[in-house]
Amino acid sequence: MLSFTIRRLIMMIPTLLLISLVIFLLLELAPGDPMAQIPLTVPPEVKQQMRLALGLGEPMHIRYWKWIVQFFWLEPQVLIDYYFGSSFSEGKLRVISWQTRGPVMDLVVQRLPQTVWVVGMSYIVGVVIALPIGIYSAYKQYSIFDQTGTFISMVGYSVPPFFSGVLVIVIFSVTLGWFPSIYDTTLVVNSWDNFVLQLKQMIMPVMVLALQTTAQISRFMRASMLDNLNQDYVRTARAKGLGESVVVMVHVLRNSMIPVVTVIALGVPSVFGGAIITEQVFRVNGIGQLLITAIQATDLPLVQTLTFMFAILIVIFNLIADILYGVLDPRIRYD
Amino acid sequence: MTNIPSDNLIKKPRSRWFDVWDQFKSHKGALVGGIFFVFIIMAVYLIPLFWPHDATYIDIRSRNQGVSLWHPFGTDQLGRDTFARMMQGGQTSIAVGLTAMGLSLFLGTFVGVMAGFFNKFDNILMRLTDLFLALPLLPLLLLMMLLFRDPLNAAFGPEKGIFILIVLAIGITSWMPTARIVRGDILAIKEREFVLAARSIGTKNSKLISRHILPNVVSPIMVSATLGIANAIITESALSFLGLGFPPDFPTWGRLLYDATDYLTMYPERVFWPGFAISLTVLSVNYLGDGLRDALDPRIRGR
Repeated sequence: MLSFTIRRLIMMIPTLLLISLVIFLLLELAPGDPMAQIPLTVPPEVKQQMRLALGLGEPMHIRYWKWIVQFFWLEPQVLIDYYFGSSFSEGKLRVISWQTRGPVMDLVVQRLPQTVWVVGMSYIVGVVIALPIGIYSAYKQYSIFDQTGTFISMVGYSVPPFFSGVLVIVIFSVTLGWFPSIYDTTLVVNSWDNFVLQLKQMIMPVMVLALQTTAQISRFMRASMLDNLNQDYVRTARAKGLGESVVVMVHVLRNSMIPVVTVIALGVPSVFGGAIITEQVFRVNGIGQLLITAIQATDLPLVQTLTFMFAILIVIFNLIADILYGVLDPRIRYD
Repeated sequence: MTNIPSDNLIKKPRSRWFDVWDQFKSHKGALVGGIFFVFIIMAVYLIPLFWPHDATYIDIRSRNQGVSLWHPFGTDQLGRDTFARMMQGGQTSIAVGLTAMGLSLFLGTFVGVMAGFFNKFDNILMRLTDLFLALPLLPLLLLMMLLFRDPLNAAFGPEKGIFILIVLAIGITSWMPTARIVRGDILAIKEREFVLAARSIGTKNSKLISRHILPNVVSPIMVSATLGIANAIITESALSFLGLGFPPDFPTWGRLLYDATDYLTMYPERVFWPGFAISLTVLSVNYLGDGLRDALDPRIRGR
């Protein structure tokens, strides 16, 4: 297991390098011009200087190498400096956003908490709701509960978040006026009232994102439980007189959780991707919203870094899913 | 003794597709979903032929109207008939869905066949598939829309250009699951005896694939096709919703939803029509795919 993990960790490096190259080349070979927004009255030699100031003067491979060094070597140093007060990164050029002329990573650090709060909370809520639904509808297969659950998860699967989000805004903010439709990030939770406010503004985005998660995970849970409920070991457990709750909740559930846990791990990056839309609907100024504004402003360094961070997320959670699968199921051997 | 009616002894053999149809029929949701999807396609293509309003006709005096007989879905802020716009938006959304699904299916099947049938391509093509699966797709789609929109618009005109771009972008980023499924099936099928038999009588590789192997992987391809339509419709709407899809005067369901959110507090009903249209279409396609999967899987069929 350890050797497999190490092998996979080493394999991550070429994968990530290749992905970063793909993203870089896509930005590079695209026919768009980052200077297209500059007014025509600006003389060409000034334009050329602006181009140089943005770091566009050098050839392609040097810029790629610079970005790689900045991202993998300099930014960790900045992090170390921040935590330990050392000065490894002093005077070195970090990845600079074209919009704010400030380091890209500072923007990311500003935006990350909101996204992690909303997305993480919704994922946890979604999973916590999905598991009992999946277990119960598999145990009572074809019952009314199961049929309704199947239908609702099918609906949850089919209704896109930009519609369900707008729908809950219409119902709960416009008509009923219960919750605010815009997420206020400046809110500091320091008293009970603020905590209630924070809870109120989080309910709707969390609900919308959790609906998608619940729909997917409960389907997987149900299918996985159904696979196990007909196995011989279940009959054995019942035959030796174990109670129904022990049979289902201990014997069957533990075996059914193996594929579900990996699905849960694999779903994390896609939830972050889906948050791009949800953040746009609820005006949460998180990572996804940062990406959208960067794309609209042609802020290439920011776009490149953010897209690459999404890629890192996917690769890491794929690895976690693989390792979890091996750890949870002793029958799986990767060697 | 000689005139025993022969049809009593030998029953006409039933084709596989009869079994498939029987299983499909027994899945109520799939049947309803299929009928509903066909109904939506017919509606968005046929109703505009005799509908009195044009989707782009601006009648500023009758703007922001509610539901009435003359305008069953009301009118928008420029007095354009929402029902006509819904129909035209549906045409675009469904055309994008079907074309993008076709492209992704073609790419997926091609890569899957190449990887599964020719051992020497297997490793590199599957690594490529893994690489594509590790790409962050929604950010990349947004990026592609931003980067290639203007040149394609200049080359093909604003509507065709963006159509080509969206179809290409969705197709290129969604072929991976199909490729994996097709490859897995082909790896198993190519070891079977009938393939060996066909090869032993000198069948060329191209014929072997098209006559003997592809017909055997039709069922997983069809299931991914239905799921691909749903995926493509949602992706196109998401792009339009984020303002990176079709231009404003060219309605699609996603674009109509995006435009309607500006008037959310005053005219909340405007959000419902495109939203319901997207959700119902995707729901019906998903049910169709669910039923097809059950019907085409021989292990489930007949139970």
